[in-house]
Amino acid sequence: MTDPAPTAAQPNPATAPYAIEMRGIVKRFPGVVANDGIDLLVRKGEVHALLGENGAGKSTLMNILFGLYHPDEGEIRVGGQQVRFSGPREAVEHGLGMVHQHFMLIPRFTVTENVIMGSEGPGLTIDRKAAAAKVAEIAQRYGLAVDPEARVGDLPVGVQQRVEILRALYQGGQTLILDEPTALLTPQEVEDLYAILERLRAGGGTIVFITHKLREVAAISDRVTVIRRGRTVGVRETRDTTPEELAELMVGREVDLKVVRPEAHPTGPALVADRITVTGGQGQQAVRELSLTVRHGEIVGICGVEGNGQAELVEALAGLRKPESGSITLDGTAIAGRNPDDIRQAGLSYIPEDRHGRGLVLPFSLTENVLLGNIGHEPFSTGGRIDYAATERLTAELMETFDVRAPSPETPVGALSGGNQQKLIIARELHRQPKVILAVQPTRGLDVGAIEFVHRQLVAERDRGKGVLLISFDLDEIMDLSDRILVIFGGRIVGEFPGGAVSRTDLGLLMGGKTA
Amino acid sequence: MSANPAPAPARMAPPAEPGAGQRAAAALPTILSSIGAVALALAAGAVIILLSGQNPVTAYAALFEGAFGGVKPLTETLVAATPLIFGGLAFAVAAQAGLFNIGIEGQLVLGGLAAGIVGALPLGLPAILHLPLALLAAVAAGGLWGFLPGFLKAKTGAHEVITTIMLNYLAFRLSTILISMDGLLPVKPDLQATMPVQPEARLPKLIPETRLNAGFLLALVAAAVIWWLLYRTTFGYRLRTVGISRGAAAYAGISWGATIILAMTLSGILAGLGGAADTLGLQGRYYNVQAGYGFTSIAVGLVGRNNPFGVVAAALLFGALSAGATKMQNTAGASKDLVSVLLGLVILSVSAFAVLDEFRKRRKQAAAAQSVTVTRDRAEEDASGPDDTHFQPL
Repeated sequence: MTDPAPTAAQPNPATAPYAIEMRGIVKRFPGVVANDGIDLLVRKGEVHALLGENGAGKSTLMNILFGLYHPDEGEIRVGGQQVRFSGPREAVEHGLGMVHQHFMLIPRFTVTENVIMGSEGPGLTIDRKAAAAKVAEIAQRYGLAVDPEARVGDLPVGVQQRVEILRALYQGGQTLILDEPTALLTPQEVEDLYAILERLRAGGGTIVFITHKLREVAAISDRVTVIRRGRTVGVRETRDTTPEELAELMVGREVDLKVVRPEAHPTGPALVADRITVTGGQGQQAVRELSLTVRHGEIVGICGVEGNGQAELVEALAGLRKPESGSITLDGTAIAGRNPDDIRQAGLSYIPEDRHGRGLVLPFSLTENVLLGNIGHEPFSTGGRIDYAATERLTAELMETFDVRAPSPETPVGALSGGNQQKLIIARELHRQPKVILAVQPTRGLDVGAIEFVHRQLVAERDRGKGVLLISFDLDEIMDLSDRILVIFGGRIVGEFPGGAVSRTDLGLLMGGKTA
Repeated sequence: MSANPAPAPARMAPPAEPGAGQRAAAALPTILSSIGAVALALAAGAVIILLSGQNPVTAYAALFEGAFGGVKPLTETLVAATPLIFGGLAFAVAAQAGLFNIGIEGQLVLGGLAAGIVGALPLGLPAILHLPLALLAAVAAGGLWGFLPGFLKAKTGAHEVITTIMLNYLAFRLSTILISMDGLLPVKPDLQATMPVQPEARLPKLIPETRLNAGFLLALVAAAVIWWLLYRTTFGYRLRTVGISRGAAAYAGISWGATIILAMTLSGILAGLGGAADTLGLQGRYYNVQAGYGFTSIAVGLVGRNNPFGVVAAALLFGALSAGATKMQNTAGASKDLVSVLLGLVILSVSAFAVLDEFRKRRKQAAAAQSVTVTRDRAEEDASGPDDTHFQPL
């Protein structure tokens, strides 16, 4: 397995003792077996990837390791000693440290204050000086460049993550568990994180790296344990395996990792934004005189770090926010400032970034969710009366065509998996025969199988002559799918590249506001 | 390796609660759980009756006798349930739109007053015109008192809990003022009431020698209509969408402001009709006293889980308790306040059961999707994290 990232695979002697041994872990919840005999054996001094799709049982397993759940069966040893923790504190006392995906930091506190949180000691006073010195010393040793006096809320996300790592180390953690640590990072920050993990390993630390991204397994781990549906389905030395093999293990069937994307044949302009300026929720100019064109038959990808105007741009295009100035046309029809319903009727389908808060009404049935955005239009309703029979028939058809797995159209969508929820949104939005598809983070939180499905659908729509505007924080997704790539920074498009002709580094630099 | 060529993983959710099509039928488990809750409340009530030195068996026997023991008690139960059905529906409609209507009492008072004034006017119209006219007056008065807080919320963001409470006081004072304007209006200030309603404007009696009148039928019709509106029309769909997810409503192009104004107006109309049913059906004139139906209605809506049929069932339960109360007081010597305590226990117990049900449902769903979050704060647009719930102790 090859990868540009630092994989100075420092071979772990197969005889190294285990830092963590979880054997035969079974955890049942009412109606479901979350862990069904998982083995996870992590050697001292290695970076061990725990790979699995959403819902495979990773979270449950880690909750068990930290004593938040008790396993119904199985045995746990930490450092060779059998343990049964009654809570995270005991796990920490045994040298385990957790770096959460959503950081458990207090933004108003300084770095030092956050780091010593939980280990302030019993007294009333805190020896800040000594604490700060210790924090600085640990930071120095592992190259975790942070200012101990900085307020955490002022720090970029990548640095906040270092504070989380620092805290785990400060508490005496020798085995760090990182839960989807790259989810919020820019490509450069990911590289920095890898470097930090290398140093931790070199210093004798053990790392468990939880992920569902194959690229990360290849980039950083020495060994990988793959779990699927609550079972360990394979353990591999990273250098002896391939992404294809891992994907197949993880999903349970062969997966096309590479999006098959024949050459695009774009025709006339489908969606044109001309010098639009959009004010954001805090009154700031989120989008500044931005222009872009999406042609029929092409996928245009916009990449950028979160918070650079993507959300406001999307809202302006979809009619959820009125642009201050500029024009937006869809196949020649002016849509700027129109109602979302009008824009949808004009031919825009919108796959929103927030499935739960926007794209779906969770307590509603699948049928009722198919109505969302179609209400008041034939054939869904006539004269104010909803035609449930027709909608339900259509829903059943869509479930069939788009492989939405649910017991019936009457099931509330809140009970579906994320992948099935997203498939339902896509089914609804594509069924309308749009001219342009606005897809925002369309695979966020989905597993490999569902991602493959979504990507295929988008390419298929492109090949049917639809214009597709893809907005994503996932650089791989942008690079895999886009015929043209635009980079957004500070509310402006700061770069444009033909798809497939640009490096991650160049994009990453532009995304960070530097010129390539 | 164990290349496990399993068939495509069918990650099926359990056949949970069905959607709109089967909602009426699916109310069964809810009803069962409500009955359990009531039983629990009555058991707790028995302890209190015992502590107060009475015999709970005698007391409950009297309660049952007073609510169900014959035609007269049964009709009294239905009579007591009538305004509560209207009030409960009013609460449910607002609640389905995500609003908390505390103003039902005021809307009910004004509806009753308007119906009383119009009904008492010697218009010389036939019943087919006079009765609808009186009802229409109640619809207008209640609707206006619902429209105002809806409008204020949509335009200024003023919270409906505050505005409806204040509008309640306005309604009470307005009623007192109007009731004293004899000469101008058909009122009798020394009685603190309107003149008697003309026979043409009365809701006819259903069974002679009882107080049961067509108001009860009107309430049942209202429940059926509201169910149809909520679950079968585009208006109801928009209303429910707005009530659950403002974000999804915006996404679909549904106007939040227009929808909540309509929902509050409809809520007020229903409460107003409740007042009219009391005036035109039961009392025969409007009395300037607050019966407190409006506040009990909130409990009825909650116990009925804001479902129109649930509301009818809850109103019947509350009606039975209140009809049985008098009998319990008279024959078993139990204090009438005990019934208030019982009602309180029922509300508490039913609410607790509702929370438990919700909790169990969530757990089941969470387990089914193996920890897919379904309860994310919908107002928050957290555009970054994947769906896994991480390290949350259940």
